[in-house]
Amino acid sequence: MLPFLVFVGIFLLVPTVTVVVGAFQSDDGGFSLDRVRALTDETPMRALRESMLLSFSSAAVGSVLGALLAYLVVTAPPTSVIRRTVTAVCGVLAQFGGVTLAFAWMATLGFGGLVTNLLADAFGRDDSGSAWLYELPGLVLVYTYFQIPLMVIVFLPALEGLRPQWREAAVNLGASTRQYWFQVALPLLRPAFLGSALLLFANAFAAYATAAALVSQGAPITPLLIRSALTSEIVLGQANFGYALALQMVVVVAVVMTLYAWLLKRTSRWLS
Amino acid sequence: MKVRTSFISALAVATLVSLAACAPPDDDKDSGSENSSDAASATSAADLGGLDALVEAAEKEGELNVIALPPDWANYGTIIEAFEKKYDIKVNSAQPDAASQDEINAAEQLAGSDRAPDVFDLGQSVALANTDMFAPYQVETFDEIPAEFKDPDGTWVNDYGGFMSVGYDSAKVPDVTSLDDLLGSEFKGKVALNGDPTQAGAAFSGVVMASVANGGSVDDIAPGVEYFGKLKDAGNFLPVDPTAATIESGQTPVVIDWDYLNAAESAKLESWKVFVPEDAPIAGYYFQAINADAPHPAAARLWQEFLYSDEGQNLWLGGGARPVRADAMVEAGTIDQELYDALPEVTGTPVIPTNEQTESMAAYLAENWAKAIG
Repeated sequence: MLPFLVFVGIFLLVPTVTVVVGAFQSDDGGFSLDRVRALTDETPMRALRESMLLSFSSAAVGSVLGALLAYLVVTAPPTSVIRRTVTAVCGVLAQFGGVTLAFAWMATLGFGGLVTNLLADAFGRDDSGSAWLYELPGLVLVYTYFQIPLMVIVFLPALEGLRPQWREAAVNLGASTRQYWFQVALPLLRPAFLGSALLLFANAFAAYATAAALVSQGAPITPLLIRSALTSEIVLGQANFGYALALQMVVVVAVVMTLYAWLLKRTSRWLS
Repeated sequence: MKVRTSFISALAVATLVSLAACAPPDDDKDSGSENSSDAASATSAADLGGLDALVEAAEKEGELNVIALPPDWANYGTIIEAFEKKYDIKVNSAQPDAASQDEINAAEQLAGSDRAPDVFDLGQSVALANTDMFAPYQVETFDEIPAEFKDPDGTWVNDYGGFMSVGYDSAKVPDVTSLDDLLGSEFKGKVALNGDPTQAGAAFSGVVMASVANGGSVDDIAPGVEYFGKLKDAGNFLPVDPTAATIESGQTPVVIDWDYLNAAESAKLESWKVFVPEDAPIAGYYFQAINADAPHPAAARLWQEFLYSDEGQNLWLGGGARPVRADAMVEAGTIDQELYDALPEVTGTPVIPTNEQTESMAAYLAENWAKAIG
């Protein structure tokens, strides 16, 4: 138990306390609400909005497509090649974030990227392409790339927990396929699905490296705004504002993870 | 849990770093000699008994930590090599692509360890905001540096500078003769700015240049922001950080950046040209300083002597940058005339914003840049 507590203390408690204390400190060390109040300025509000939008849309797309893919996987026999391949690939791709992923997309769809050039050759479009990949739509697309596999991994156990016996029971009682899905399977799956979607949301909300590699102009999302607060050589003295921004992120993720834990508890009632 | 925990791991790293910073300072074992403690307080080579004594003390330390010096920036790659070759000192170059503020952050986080940076090369705002971290030192050529380019005690000294310029690939776009040209349809998706102006000094000066060229001034940056807004609306603004790689691969055919950085690209890409707008010659100098807590105080001072010697100044010139002693060296005939003549031609009176002007413009940018370009 002690090693665990030490670990949690160093990696979770100390940083969180540092952030909370820092967020409520004025520059001379006293208590102050200035930094937290500054969160309501236009730029941080806008970053938060865009962050939420990015996390929500990439989680929505990721969870729907991921759930469909997971369903396809689960209908294949447990030992089939397809199933083993898909789960293995998802396991890898769910962690394929960061700078590598950003550069992979730049080489594909960025300026002078492979697909951009192919499109330019095929349709005579301007080979300089457009900038959407480096803005919010691009981030949604790139994030979706690791969201779908993550969904497959976290949602698969729920689908597997759906016993064939329940379906047989429903059919024996005279249910149609439609009735089985809408009255038995989907209500059972709903908490697991929503929980997984929340996890995806938190995943996208906290992701930094991919966005940092992709977006060099401006700070459209909160993690990038923290970067610019820490490194700006033009607007000085706002490094401590980073604490307030970090606190804001901690609060959002805490809310999301609490909901996730609650939904997980509901799922585990039948999934065992 | 599979959450992509970059945020948490960043915090964890921060904790580790701060824990490391709390560790007792490791007394320089190999440089604990008297020479070094003298070096830490020396304000000139004479304090140590002349340049030879400084060289001896520095070679005894054997190492120099520099930070945020990209090899293709103002010839720093060659300068570091030349320094290592001339003296028996190993240069440890950390985070070549870091920003000025990162240098200060690193010095604070690593204070007391032997990995802390010995010397800084900083942008104006960061340098002037952190003067209490610098050790005053006057190089032997101190008197030849114009008064407006140095602190009287040598706490900071400007090192090299240049003008804001537009670099462009003449094989891909028509010749640039004014900033307004960049708004034309031939430049669709082609104009890149070196960084985010609310973060990076070079990009900031780019916006100042656009402002002056469009009726603004160093007190009023609004027309510059408006200009980039127009560039964005025309679909010409490219939100990509230009690097040597993006320039050579043709991804960033037009780059707004310091002339010495643009000039360095001409050597690699033949069709690359540099244009300094006549109506808006925005000059900017970087700031050189010694970390007061330098783990290698003698080597740090020797590095300054080297940079401000004729040799060091000409090396900067070799990277297309204007060394701060250029005028005195022209007079003395010690400048590399060929390199000096090769600098992009600049007409008009150079404009250098003061620190107050920079601050007020920065405040405006922080409020409005995202709106114009977002």
